[in-house]
Amino acid sequence: MSFVLNFPAVSIVLSLAASVASVAARRWAKQISCLVVVLGMAMSAAVLAYTASAGAAFTYVMGQAPAPWGNELRIGILEPLFALLFGLVLLLCILSGETTLSEKADPKKRYLFFVLCDLIQASLFALCYTNDLFTSYVFIEICTIASSGILMIRDNGPTATAATRYMIFSLVGSSLFLLGVIMLYGVTGHLLMEPLRKAVASVWAAGTYRLPLRVIIVLLVVGLGIKSGLFPFHFWMADTYGTSLPGAAGILSGIVSKGYIFLLLKLVHRVIGPDVFYASGAQNVLFLFGVLGMIVGSISAIHTSDVRHMIAYSSAAQIGYIYMGVGISPALGTVAALFHVLTHALTKPALFLSASRLADVSGGSNDFHALQGSAHRNRVAGIVFSVGSMSMVGIPAFMGFISKIQFALAGAQAGAKMLPTFIALAVSTVLNVLYFMRTVIRIYTPAPEQGEHVVRARQQLVFDGTALCFIGLNVAIGLFSQPVIELLGRGLALLG
Amino acid sequence: MNLLTVLGRILDNYEECAAMVLFAIGFFMLILHRNLIKKIIGMNIMDTAMYLFLASIGYIEGRAAPVLEDGAADPALYINPIPTGLVLTGIVVSVSFTAIMLALSVRLYRRYRTLNLDDIYTIIREERK
Repeated sequence: MSFVLNFPAVSIVLSLAASVASVAARRWAKQISCLVVVLGMAMSAAVLAYTASAGAAFTYVMGQAPAPWGNELRIGILEPLFALLFGLVLLLCILSGETTLSEKADPKKRYLFFVLCDLIQASLFALCYTNDLFTSYVFIEICTIASSGILMIRDNGPTATAATRYMIFSLVGSSLFLLGVIMLYGVTGHLLMEPLRKAVASVWAAGTYRLPLRVIIVLLVVGLGIKSGLFPFHFWMADTYGTSLPGAAGILSGIVSKGYIFLLLKLVHRVIGPDVFYASGAQNVLFLFGVLGMIVGSISAIHTSDVRHMIAYSSAAQIGYIYMGVGISPALGTVAALFHVLTHALTKPALFLSASRLADVSGGSNDFHALQGSAHRNRVAGIVFSVGSMSMVGIPAFMGFISKIQFALAGAQAGAKMLPTFIALAVSTVLNVLYFMRTVIRIYTPAPEQGEHVVRARQQLVFDGTALCFIGLNVAIGLFSQPVIELLGRGLALLG
Repeated sequence: MNLLTVLGRILDNYEECAAMVLFAIGFFMLILHRNLIKKIIGMNIMDTAMYLFLASIGYIEGRAAPVLEDGAADPALYINPIPTGLVLTGIVVSVSFTAIMLALSVRLYRRYRTLNLDDIYTIIREERK
C-alpha cells in the first residue's frame, strides 16, 4: 500500500500539468479538467481510506533535504477528506456551469476557464496537504490569481470591476498573511509546521515574545479572514459572486474560501497549537466577528432585491457560522465548524447554479420580483433552490440542520459563550428564514402574465444530473451525519 | 521601558523599522487611493518592504551571499540562504500580481475611460438604472 503515499504529491503535480496541457490542447481543455478532477478525487479517496484505516498521519518529504529544512506534505484524515470535497464540488461546478460559460464567455477564451479550474484544484490540494508555511503562501497566491482569472472570463465592465476589488482585498489579505509568516520565521527560525509548533510552544512558555506572537496570530488570522470573507471584510462578496458566471461563483464561494479556512484551522492546530491559540484571546475575536457576520450578512441579504447578491450575502453569514464555531472551542466547536464547511461547500454552489437557471427563464433578470413563478418554468432548478434554501435555514433532514445542532451542542459546553451562541443561532435562523423562504415562496407563486415554458435541452440534462448529486449528498449526509462527524473528530485529533 | 530604550531598540533594528514604515505606506496606498495605477504602485511598495524585512532577518554582518565560491562549503562563511530564497519567490509572485492588476486596469480603462475606481462605480450604478 506504500504507493498510496505518493498520491497527494502526484495529484498536485497532475493538476499543475493539466493546466499546461489544457493550454496546449485547447479543444480538449474541458475533458482534461474533468479527467484530472476525477483522478484527484480517486487519489484523495484512496489516501483517505489509507489514513482512516491506519488511524495515523504520515509525512511525505519533497526533495532531498529532511526536516527541519526541506519541504514536505503531511497527510492525516482531514486533508484528503477536504481534497475530496473540493474536487467533487469543482467537478459539479465545471459540469453544471459550462452552459452559461458557452453562452456568456468569448468562445476563444472559453478554454481558459478550465485551465484556471486546474490551477485552483492544484492550489487547493496543495493548501490541504502542505506542511510548509511558505508553500502555503505561494499556493494562496496562485489560488488568488486563478480565482480572479475565473471571474474575468465573463468579459464585461461590472465583472472586471468586481475582479479588481476582489484582487485588492485578496492582496491585502495575503500581504498580512505573508507579514505574519515572516515575523513567525523571525521569532522561531522555522517554516515547517511541526518544528514551528514546538518553537512557538517554547517561546510562549518562556513568556519573552508574547506580544510579537499575539501580533503574528492576529496577522495570520486577519489575513486569511479577509480572503475568506469574514465580517467586516465581506463587502467584496456581493459584487464578486453577483456578477461572475454562476459556475465561478459556485467555485469561489463553495471551495476557494473554504481552502483558506482549512489552512487557518491547520495554522491553529498544527502551527500555533490550540493551547497557545486559545490562550492568546484570538478565539474571542473570531467568535465576536463570526457572530456579527452571521447577523450583518443576513440583514444585508434581506435588504437586497437581487437574488444572487442575496446568496452572496448569505455566504458572509455562513462564513460567520464557521468562525463562530472555531471561536467556541478547539474540539467540539471546531468539529461543528468543519461540518459547516462541508454543508456550505455542498449547498452554496447549488444555490448559485439554480438561481442562474431560474433567472434564465425569467428574462435573464436576477431581480426578486422578476423570478415570480420561475420554479414552475424550470422545475428542477426550483427544487434545487428550495432544497438549498431549506438546508441553509436548518430544516431537519438536511445538512444545515446538523450544522446548527452541532454548533448548539458545542455552545452548550462553552461556559460564558453559551448564551451568545444560542441567541446568535436563533436570531440568524429567523433572519435566514426571512430571506430564503421569502424567495422560495416567490419562485413558486404563479406568475399570471408569463406563460408556462420549460427549457429542455442537453445542457438541462447535465444540470439535472449535477443537481441530483448536490441534493442527494445534502440529504444523505443530513440523514446519516454521525459517521461524518466521527470522521471529522478523528481527523481533527490527527491535525495537530 | 523608558523612551531611551525604545529609541535604542529602533536604532538597533532600523532596517525592520524602515520596512514597516514602507509597508504601512504601501498598504494604505493600496487601500485608500482611488487611482488604479497608484494602487498598483502601493502594492509594489508594500511587497518591496516585505522583501527588505525578510532580507534583513537573514542578513549576518560580514558574511557573503549564499553562493558557493571557490568550493568553500563552510556555512559560517555565508548569510542565511532561506530568506533570500523566499525573497526570490516573493518577487515572482508580486510580478504576476502586478501583471494581472495592470491587465485589469487596461480592461477597465478601455471600457470606462477612467482609472478612478470611484468614477467607475458611479458609471456602473448609472448604467444599472
